[in-house]
Amino acid sequence: MLGGVCGAVSSATGIDVTWVRIGFVLLAIASGVMVFVYAMAWLLIPMEGETGNIYSRAVSDRRGIRLVVAVLVPLLIAVQLITSTLHVPFVGFIGWPTFLAIGVIILIWRNANENEKAFIDNDVVPLFGADTHGQGRHWLIARVLVGAIVGACGIALLVMGHTTVAALRPVGGAALVVAASVIIFGPWWLSLVRDLIAERQARALAEERAQMAAHVHDSVLQTLALIQRSADDPQNVVRLARAQERELRAWLFEGRPPGAIGEDATMLGEGVGLLQRQVEADHGIAVQVVMVGDCELDEALRALLDAAREATVNAAKWSGVDQVSLYAEVEADTVMLYVRDRGCGFDPAAVPDDRQGIAQSIQARMARFGGTAVVRSALGEGAEVQLSMPRRARVK
Amino acid sequence: MFRAGVKAELGDAVDVVGEADEAEAAVELITERVPDVVLLDVHLPGGGGHAVLRGVHPHHPEVQFLALSVSDAPEDVIDVIRAGARGYITKTISGPELLQAVYRVAAGDAVFSPRLAGFVLDAFAHGDSPPAAGLDPELDQLSPREREVLRLIARGYTYKEVGRDLGISAKTVESHVSSVLRKLQLSTRHELTRWATDRRLV
Repeated sequence: MLGGVCGAVSSATGIDVTWVRIGFVLLAIASGVMVFVYAMAWLLIPMEGETGNIYSRAVSDRRGIRLVVAVLVPLLIAVQLITSTLHVPFVGFIGWPTFLAIGVIILIWRNANENEKAFIDNDVVPLFGADTHGQGRHWLIARVLVGAIVGACGIALLVMGHTTVAALRPVGGAALVVAASVIIFGPWWLSLVRDLIAERQARALAEERAQMAAHVHDSVLQTLALIQRSADDPQNVVRLARAQERELRAWLFEGRPPGAIGEDATMLGEGVGLLQRQVEADHGIAVQVVMVGDCELDEALRALLDAAREATVNAAKWSGVDQVSLYAEVEADTVMLYVRDRGCGFDPAAVPDDRQGIAQSIQARMARFGGTAVVRSALGEGAEVQLSMPRRARVK
Repeated sequence: MFRAGVKAELGDAVDVVGEADEAEAAVELITERVPDVVLLDVHLPGGGGHAVLRGVHPHHPEVQFLALSVSDAPEDVIDVIRAGARGYITKTISGPELLQAVYRVAAGDAVFSPRLAGFVLDAFAHGDSPPAAGLDPELDQLSPREREVLRLIARGYTYKEVGRDLGISAKTVESHVSSVLRKLQLSTRHELTRWATDRRLV
């Protein structure tokens, strides 16, 4: 979770990772030494996939060592001199370990590789709030100061011994120290927890997607089996193949889960897709759809879709070809829809009665909502039905 | 398997001088044999069709690329056109149409499937409103005539039929289409560049 040490121990010994982590945490609570051991392990065990560990790399980093020594040692000496002349007591005591720690950290930073740097960036840096700017920085400083003061009071209370409220003192001191650590480290802890939650959600999403993928695979396998069985019925084969192709395409490239489109479409694009699927399935032809723009369906547009369906089915039945193109364009104030086929066409002047009826039916559907329908055709050159429906003006 | 099918469809009408199943090999073969037309799969392993275009186009600009894809996704299509392909067809295209497309591209014209025309109309939407700040009207907008041509192509018309409908010659239609292709390749319209930056291609 943090530095991958538990993962390494787990894979080396074969114990489940969670148990290893619990063990580490318990030991760390029992004795703070474990935190130190963890840090040492992180330094010394090579990251999965790396050959050297950080320690060996740091030691062989001559430039880094030279840099550290050249910069820090004079600084250290200067600080020591200044504090000893001014007789400031504590600094000498904590001075050189601090410098040593800084030097080591610099060496580690220079020699950590990408993943380890990512760990430092994501988990350690937020701990010190070094990645906050501006407002965040002010809050951070305020938080650290308040926390430090509270912590200092707590420690002082714990350390100083002798008055009447002796019993309360340790408790109060301890409480203050705990409060201090919460104030200082709280946000970091929260962000770790948040990351965990996000990770879990991502995993749930991935599982859901894997399930859908399995469903689609089943569907494809079934279709392939059916196709083999219908090998002597080419029309059926084409129908099956096309339906499966549409479903797979919709899932792969539009993220639509299989079987999700019910009979109730809310957008024009969905409605057109539904029309396409139904006509293809019922009449065994291919409907090529090109759409520009999209909008919500209202009564008028549903009538448009019905008219388009009639026109498409008509083309499927009478044109004599197995492909119909449907083009829909959503403009600001109208929706235009064209259904075109390259079939035998007809002569508008000499039209048989049932065909005339359909043209009239389409026109009637459109006219009820203020739209228009024009049927253009010529013998031998296919036919085109041009539908146009005004969009109801939105109240701004 | 797909390549065998394509070769069968092309038959003897076209001389197949080479095939490759991976981007690096393709670039090598193309620079060696310099064919007239390359049928390029958008999702070629090893970097996609994009990698091949990038590898060949600067050195051999005379080689024309016809992009193929199963996906029909607008990003793939626009991507590959902006990288230098002269045309785009889907893998479900019929044999004779494939041949026609190859000839068209070899002659230097653009091949626009109805789908591609739809995508372009979408990407260059709102062409009638005044150009937003930073948009070069020449490159980033379609002229009304180009829109009409594209619209007819999207409706499934061939170039000849488009010409007949608008009262212009097929050659004029082709020049309009080429101009649209140029705009597609050079425009900095944010819809187009967004796709490219999403894939860190810009």
